[in-house]
Amino acid sequence: MIKKETMQGRALLILFLVFGTVVLGQAHTVLAQHVYININEPFLRKVPVAVPGFKSLTGGANEDSLGKEARTILVNALDFTGYIAVLNPASYIENLAEKGITQADINFKNWTVIGTELLVTCGVEESDGDIQLKLRLFDPFTERLVVGKVYTGRIADLRRMVHRFCGEISFHLTGKWGVFSSSLAFVSTVDKNKEIFVSEFDGYNPRKVTHHNSISLSPAWSSDGKWLAYTSYAGGNPDIYIKNLYENRGHLVSFKGLNISPAWVPGSFSLAATLSFENDQEIYLLTGTGKIIKRLTSSWGIDVSPSFSPDGKKMAFVSKRAGTPQIYIQDLERGTAARLTFTGGYNTSPAWSPEGDKIAYVGITNGEINIYIIGIDGTGLVQLTSKAGDNEDPSWSPDASLITFSSTREGGAAIFVMTATGGDQRRLFSMKGAQTSPVWSFGNENN
Amino acid sequence: MNFEMIKGGRMKKQVVMNLVLALMISGLVFTVSCAKKQVVSDSSVVAIEDTTDADARAAALEKQRAMEEERLRQKALQEASLSEAARAQKAAALEKFVNQNVQFDFDSSELTPMARAILKEKALWLGENSGVRIIIEGHCDERGTLEYNLALGERRAAAAQKYLIDLGISQSRMSTISYGEERPLDPAQNASAWAKNRRAQFVVK
Repeated sequence: MIKKETMQGRALLILFLVFGTVVLGQAHTVLAQHVYININEPFLRKVPVAVPGFKSLTGGANEDSLGKEARTILVNALDFTGYIAVLNPASYIENLAEKGITQADINFKNWTVIGTELLVTCGVEESDGDIQLKLRLFDPFTERLVVGKVYTGRIADLRRMVHRFCGEISFHLTGKWGVFSSSLAFVSTVDKNKEIFVSEFDGYNPRKVTHHNSISLSPAWSSDGKWLAYTSYAGGNPDIYIKNLYENRGHLVSFKGLNISPAWVPGSFSLAATLSFENDQEIYLLTGTGKIIKRLTSSWGIDVSPSFSPDGKKMAFVSKRAGTPQIYIQDLERGTAARLTFTGGYNTSPAWSPEGDKIAYVGITNGEINIYIIGIDGTGLVQLTSKAGDNEDPSWSPDASLITFSSTREGGAAIFVMTATGGDQRRLFSMKGAQTSPVWSFGNENN
Repeated sequence: MNFEMIKGGRMKKQVVMNLVLALMISGLVFTVSCAKKQVVSDSSVVAIEDTTDADARAAALEKQRAMEEERLRQKALQEASLSEAARAQKAAALEKFVNQNVQFDFDSSELTPMARAILKEKALWLGENSGVRIIIEGHCDERGTLEYNLALGERRAAAAQKYLIDLGISQSRMSTISYGEERPLDPAQNASAWAKNRRAQFVVK
């Protein structure tokens, strides 16, 4: 159980929410009044944020070390966004860990003079494993408190508490809650098998969620993050498993032939997948329990890899109907499909941006496998990766600011992340075996 | 006591003579009976001679039999080595059936002339081994998207199966499965490994 308080000036709003899935109540008195940065801007200037040392509030030794740990978590998370640069503490003039962390304690000129555009302060209280984090975000130019929150929980909740506040910072800057409350699903080899893992948004704390000792592939999150659909050979045939991650139940799609490439319809307990029981690889719409609603494509040849627009009205997919694999967009109401990609002879793996305006995909040109984005009207084609191994499986963060993908640039396949404009490409984590098919859940958008 | 009687008188002498005679006769009789036994013994010698002949015949027969046996053994050996050769040939044919893959071009499930030639051999083998049921696996190289490659692998397996059906092999004997890029034969990342991995592979159930 976590208690979160919203501090707006002197107004204190006390909220309770359970760490887990059920939000019992919440409010935001600070609304995103203005979006400071456009995360789709290709030459984005990173926002300089100062994060002085966290203050021990009752002076316990634990508070010092917890404060250091919490600060590291916060700094790493802000760096992760790709649009925030945490200023080097060596340049800080004021020591707020000693001086104090409230508006009255701060001389904002000392922060603007070193280029700080946002200032984060935090006080830490600990007693018997219960901790309280008092986090504040200031705008030193207006000398105003942007958002203040008090998080109460156990030491084990530390990462989660800090990441919630990072969501607040993201919301202030971009109008979106960021990637911090998302989970990352991916495939990793385990001995000679492939299993599906789920970790925190940044790859932290990976847990194996399939135990088939088989080939398990293509994880896909339902919008509410409760269901994971994936393909597995556990029963000898490539079948789709629809697994509830919180309850021990699920559904199986096991027609003759292929049952592959599941994709959930946004906001709906239904999904699209490629089946071949009619002797041709076509995309079908299924209920969340695996019953066929209808066939969506009808062209001879391969139709695979559906990806829905955020409103669920359109579907991008790969078809070989014109002789080479290309990306098409189908209007689901009219049933008409139009070709989107015309550059190159192999364009696959479409991922529709949660913003709705772009599609990321994989293209093979001159033997190089790279990630591209293109506007849904076919304009604005941009190559995001280049000359760095094979790059595949693009997937967007729920705020559309980041793209995660797999790359062989450092040897075996591993999970990488970059900004939506191809910036800050870096490996997420190191893990035994090869990792592919990363995909972020939608997260708890209302934080 | 008999000596005293002989010494006693002529009458006694006569008695002794008679006795001696009687003894001699009885001895003769004894001798005769012994001679008779000798005769019996002689006739058994003749029987042994007869057995010897039979043995010789038997030995001849035995020799003949052994020769025949040896001939049969040689024949059996010859036959065994012949069937071993046949078995080896059969095993080699099976091994070829299982290990010779049908190759495909990149992003293609079309059968090349080479692929058709190999499939014709496979159809012959399937014709000679009519009880055999097979799985045709479709595989891809690692390049390209996993989901697309699962579909492409299925089309490769289906293309091979369709050609075998056209060549007269019953569909009921064949099933297909795609492994996409999941089971490369050669994990290396070069053109020859990729070529090897783009295949339809045959598994005998």
